[in-house]
Amino acid sequence: MRITIWGSRGSLAAPGPDTIRYGGNTACVQVDAFDGSVAILDAGTGMRHAGLRLAGDGRPIHVLLTHLHMDHIQGLGFFRPLFEPGREVHVWGPPSTTRNLRARLTRYLSPPLFPVRLRDLPSKVELHDVEPEPWSVGAFRVTAAGVIHPGPTVGYRLEADGAALAYLPDHEPRLGSDLLDPAWTSGFELARDVNVLLHDGQFGDEEYARRVGWGHSSVTHAARLADLSQARELLLIHHDPDHADAVVDELVAVAAAERRSGTVRAASEGLALQL
Amino acid sequence: MAQAVELILARQLASGLSVPILLVDARGDTLFYNEPAEAIFGRSFDEIDTLGFEERTSILAPRRANGERLPVEQLPGMLAMRERRPAHAQFFIHGLDGVVRDVEATAVPIESAGGHVLGVIVVMWHGRMAGPE
Repeated sequence: MRITIWGSRGSLAAPGPDTIRYGGNTACVQVDAFDGSVAILDAGTGMRHAGLRLAGDGRPIHVLLTHLHMDHIQGLGFFRPLFEPGREVHVWGPPSTTRNLRARLTRYLSPPLFPVRLRDLPSKVELHDVEPEPWSVGAFRVTAAGVIHPGPTVGYRLEADGAALAYLPDHEPRLGSDLLDPAWTSGFELARDVNVLLHDGQFGDEEYARRVGWGHSSVTHAARLADLSQARELLLIHHDPDHADAVVDELVAVAAAERRSGTVRAASEGLALQL
Repeated sequence: MAQAVELILARQLASGLSVPILLVDARGDTLFYNEPAEAIFGRSFDEIDTLGFEERTSILAPRRANGERLPVEQLPGMLAMRERRPAHAQFFIHGLDGVVRDVEATAVPIESAGGHVLGVIVVMWHGRMAGPE
């Protein structure tokens, strides 16, 4: 399994000299299995780069959306494969009791917010609510589960080629838990024993104290969840748009000091990991 | 087993409120009750190990004001679970400390976004009814 980070920023794209090492594009992660299966986690502005990489190769693409906040869907309209006639693109997202995924996504992918309607795309787009039980997407075994964040939001676990990753870019596990009891900790099952946990690392401890309930983690809480679930590597993602590279460096050090075992890094645009 | 996020958040809400609240899973087994509810059940939540549906209804033995046993299927939690709607009832229980208490309970089903019933949250009051005959 190969992981490529195309967008690591949270909330709002933040390009500029202060964010050049970790990147300014919002959440988008490409995951390739050895057999050629490809999944895209979230459709933030980083998705444009993923689309350039995938354009023309003909592989079916599975886009797994954690939720429909703008920083996680804004790249969809700029994803090159969607404009390829007949290209098979599946978009998965969290269910809602009020509107289906198509109705919710087209609130963005339609005028006046976007010039092209979803139904007018030449590709073969299929929308799916995520399954309550694990399901297969090419070589991937995918598990989705609700996690603590405002509005319907899921995290994902992907398993393939003997490795596993968990992806929880928008997550506030401390809101409902002391992060000591696995049964009552949001995201625990998704992250259990994974090789890599890509987790919300938006805030430092002092910032979190002023933003409880916003749906994001402190890096300390991310580290505690990583330890509780015995994730081997914690890859912090969803960096705050106001955090310059030096601040992200400091937060990585805080998280690394908190971890009892396992490593910590910050996701940066272009970073590729082989599991 | 890890709990669904809806139940985690329901427990978090219950633990922060001053009204008595019981949280049960889709089987009716006790997941949590908050500190105000301890005065109704007669024992702190931390003192009990597990309290399954059958054990809870057997010990509490809910009864109407006329002393008749309240059928299990008419308990508000069961109605809320089965019919997927809020349900309300007044009855008497034997607390885990053996004291008989009057209870009013309103149960609301907790459904996932996918439409699955995950459990029920029961808000309770007591001290408003005359004793059983």
